[in-house]
This record gives sequence, structure tokens and C-alpha cells, in this order.
Amino acid sequence: MIRFNNVSKRYPEGFEALSGVTLHIEPGEMVFLTGHSGAGKSTLLKLISLIERPSRGQALIDNVNLATVRSGRIPYLRRRVGVIFQDHRLLRDRTVFDNVALPLVIAGYRHQEIGRRVRAALDKVNLLNKERQFPITLSGGEQQRVGIARAVVNKPPLVLADEPTGNLDPELSREIMLLFEQFNQVGVTILIASHDLDLISRMNHRTLTLKQGRLLADQRPLPAGTSA
Amino acid sequence: MKRARPERPLRRRSAATRMLRPSFGTRVGSYFIGNAQVLLASLGRLYRTPLTSLMTAAVIGIALALPLGLYVTLQNFQNVSSGWDGAAQISVFLKMDVNDARAGALAKKVRGLPEVADVRLLTHEQALDEFQDLSGFGDALKVLPSNPLPAVLIVRPAAKHSNPASVRKLVEQLRKLPETDQAKLDMMWVKRLYTMMQIAQRAVLVIAALLAMAVLLIIGNTIRLDIQNRRDEIIITKLIGATNSFIRRPFLYSGLWYGLLGGVIGWLLVAIALSLVDAPVRRLAGLYGSNFVLNSLDAQTVLGLLLFSTLLGLAGSWLAVGRHLSAIEPT
Repeated sequence: MIRFNNVSKRYPEGFEALSGVTLHIEPGEMVFLTGHSGAGKSTLLKLISLIERPSRGQALIDNVNLATVRSGRIPYLRRRVGVIFQDHRLLRDRTVFDNVALPLVIAGYRHQEIGRRVRAALDKVNLLNKERQFPITLSGGEQQRVGIARAVVNKPPLVLADEPTGNLDPELSREIMLLFEQFNQVGVTILIASHDLDLISRMNHRTLTLKQGRLLADQRPLPAGTSA
Repeated sequence: MKRARPERPLRRRSAATRMLRPSFGTRVGSYFIGNAQVLLASLGRLYRTPLTSLMTAAVIGIALALPLGLYVTLQNFQNVSSGWDGAAQISVFLKMDVNDARAGALAKKVRGLPEVADVRLLTHEQALDEFQDLSGFGDALKVLPSNPLPAVLIVRPAAKHSNPASVRKLVEQLRKLPETDQAKLDMMWVKRLYTMMQIAQRAVLVIAALLAMAVLLIIGNTIRLDIQNRRDEIIITKLIGATNSFIRRPFLYSGLWYGLLGGVIGWLLVAIALSLVDAPVRRLAGLYGSNFVLNSLDAQTVLGLLLFSTLLGLAGSWLAVGRHLSAIEPT
């Protein structure tokens, strides 16, 4: 799914955010990405969502080389990656339904199909009763769930989440993580950047640790029964 | 995503990308439906900020009303004056020794010519009366022992033969009559008038071009502000995988609506102005004994205006979108 070979990212100002990162994430895996702020988590996610291009090395998503992909193709590749942002990034002037429908509208789905899929996604995140509301009227956790519904409504094979529980209390964070596990169970590859080490350790999934742009550790989950 | 997916290199237009997109037919169908939806959504967006939208449309309307009003005025003036070159009169001054009876016979003969619409005979006496009335030298003429004025035939060419060449030929013909002393055609003022109107037409064209450019800039600027206000939304939709054309579309349609609304306002302004001057013009025409009626805007002009303003709106937004949208990329 994601294959990085000695990937580096140096910004024009000279700051090297990632240096020589090599990693491989199989389809269907659920992986945490952790590290202090400035360790390169965001840069790694930006490379995968094609906001930035790698300066050196080979980065492949689904065997598409991110360094050489034409910019005209970027929108189509982004549709295959559902992204969840810490600040939700919802459209304030549109209802929950319209926000979740956006990826389908962009992809050109039929009206009935859009209604069906949006309701299915909202049902999954337990917000079916709020589809007519505007995001501003929702709580932080609910807004984040709208963001998740929007990320998965198009059934992308890969979902990225950047600090999805950053602003949520532990109880809500736990709920959100369980949602991700549910998606993972139906085969979606999930990569979650988070510095909530507590939560990560309790979840018991593969964890990549970045430090100063380098991959410090790649911990595989412990065998079942030994988790906390 | 199936776990069993074989990991083989994909061709550039990857099958995986296609797999998750709706079918081609669906996409073509929803392309048109989508466009119609965006068209309406753009109108709805203008409707949600009625004052701002109306002000922009009004500025466009005023800019369009000015050349349109001038154009209509000119058109009406042309209507008034279009009879005038036909009315180019030929004055045939008869020799002094031609008496009224002979002049009358001649008038009848000339009236029979196919090129002639009408002949009016001014006898010696009538010519004198008219001169006295009009010149103010009446008293001076009384001093003279005899009437110094010749009889005059005032010949109006038939409409079919009112083009300059035929008229000139007719003048030659009249000049050759044995009774004729002089035949004069005074068309110079008509020619001058037409030249002036051509200049005015050109001026209207120049003004229209300048104001069209102004409209282009107004719409461009409005759309630019709109793009800046919706910067976050553009970034979010780009992140979700919107193509540039998807993002461009609502802005282009807003420009189109601005143009169309501006055109409608321009039309209304000119129509109101015309109805305001209609009554005075009727009165003026009445004073001249004419039944001239002010031409209002015909359907063709209105349609042309609306089409033109809509295209201007589209072009203006196209310029703004091309310049400003590509600058917004997620970071």
C-alpha cells in the first residue's frame, strides 16, 4: 500500500523534515505514527496525500510513484486517500450531509447513490440524526466524526488521520479509535499520526516512531492476550 | 481494498484509480446534472448576499446602460433623419420670362417623370410672398418696380430614385429643360449630418468597448474577492480530490450570473430612461407636425445585450479564476 525507500524531504529553506525514511505498510494494516512535534509526522502525511513531493528517494502509494506523478492526476489519486484532519476542515456553510457528500459530488456520483452512501457513512459514525445541521452546532467529537464520515464515504483503500483525537477527551478519543478499528476490520488501510502515547499503547497496533525526521522504531503489535 | 490484491506495477492511468470511480456513462450524465446544480448553486450564493450581489450587478448594469442608451438614441436619430436624404429637394429656378401658365404646364410635365415624387410650383407671386415672409427684406422689395424673383419648381425625387447618383442625373435632366435657368440640389447638409452620425456611431463603439473592459475588470475583481473569501473551502475541496475544473466551475457560473443580471439591469435602466423621455419627444414631434414615435428597445437588441453581458461576465471570471485559483494550493 505504502512503500517508502530512503525517502527524504528537504524544504526550500533548507530544513530537512524527513531523512532517509524506509517503511512498508501492507494493505489492510492499521498503523500508528508517533513522535514529538517536528519529528516529521505531518510531512510524512503530506507526502502521502500529495501536498508535498519527496526530494529524494522513492515513495510509492499503490505502486504509483509520488515523485513523478503528473499534477493533473493528483486529484484522482487524492480520491483514493481519505484524510482526517485535526481541525476537521469542514465547510462551515454546508450541512453535515453536504459536507460528507462532497467527495462523492467531486467524483461525480449520481444523486441517489450519493444519498445512499452518505447516510451509510453517517450511520457508521452515529450521526444520522444530525445530517441537516451545520458543523458549528456540533461538538468537537461530533465534528471529528463528520470528518471521518467524509473521509470514508468514498470507500478509499487508504485512510490517513492527522492527530484525530488531538482536541478530544480520553473517552471520545477512545470512541474515535474504535471507529478506525471498525474500518480497518473491513480491509481499509489506516495510518494515524498521534502523540497520544497512552492511547496508542492501549490500542496495540503497529507503531512507527519518528524522531528528527528519521524512523526511530517500528514496533509490531504484541501477540493477542498480552495487550493491556 | 482487498488484501489479496496482487502487487503488480500499474500502468500510468492505473486500473485501481478507475475501479473506484463511477462508470463513464454515469460520469457524463452527472457531469451535466452537476453543472446545472452548480449553476443554480451559484445563483443561490448570490441570492444569499443580496445587497452585495445587487450592487455589483448594478455597477455592471450602469456601465452597460450608458453605451446602450447612446446606441438607442443614435438609432432613433437615424430613424428621424433617414427620410431626409429622400427629402433632398431640387430647386429649379425658371427663367424670368417664363410666365405662370407655362410654369404650371412644366410642373405637370415634370411631375410625370418616373424619378419624381412630387413637384411644387412657386409662381412669381408666391416666391415673392415667401421671400417677404422669410427674409425680413419685405419692405425693401416693395421699393423695387417689378418682382425680381423667378418662378420656382421644387422637385422631390421619388424614394426609389433618392440615391445620390440618380438624384444627380435628375438634376442634369432638369437643368437641360429650355425653361430652366438653374437647377440646384442642396445635399451638403445631409451629407454633413451623416458624417457626423458616423462619427457619433464610432464614438459609441469606443465608449462601449471601454465600458466593456470596465465590466470585465469589475467582474474579475468581484470573483477574485470571492475566491479569496472561499480560500479555505478551495483548499479543502482540493485535498478531497477536486480537479481544477470542478473548483473553477462555481466561480465561472457566478461571473455568468453577474453578467446576466448586469445586462438585465442595464436593459431596465435604458427602458426606464426611454419611457421618461417618451412624452416630451412626442410633444416635440407634435410641434413639428411629425408623428415620430420614439423607438424603444427591440427584442433583438435586448437579446444581444443579454448575450453580450453574459459572455462578458464569463470572460471576466475566467480571467480572475485563471490567475488566482492556481495560486491556492494546500500546504
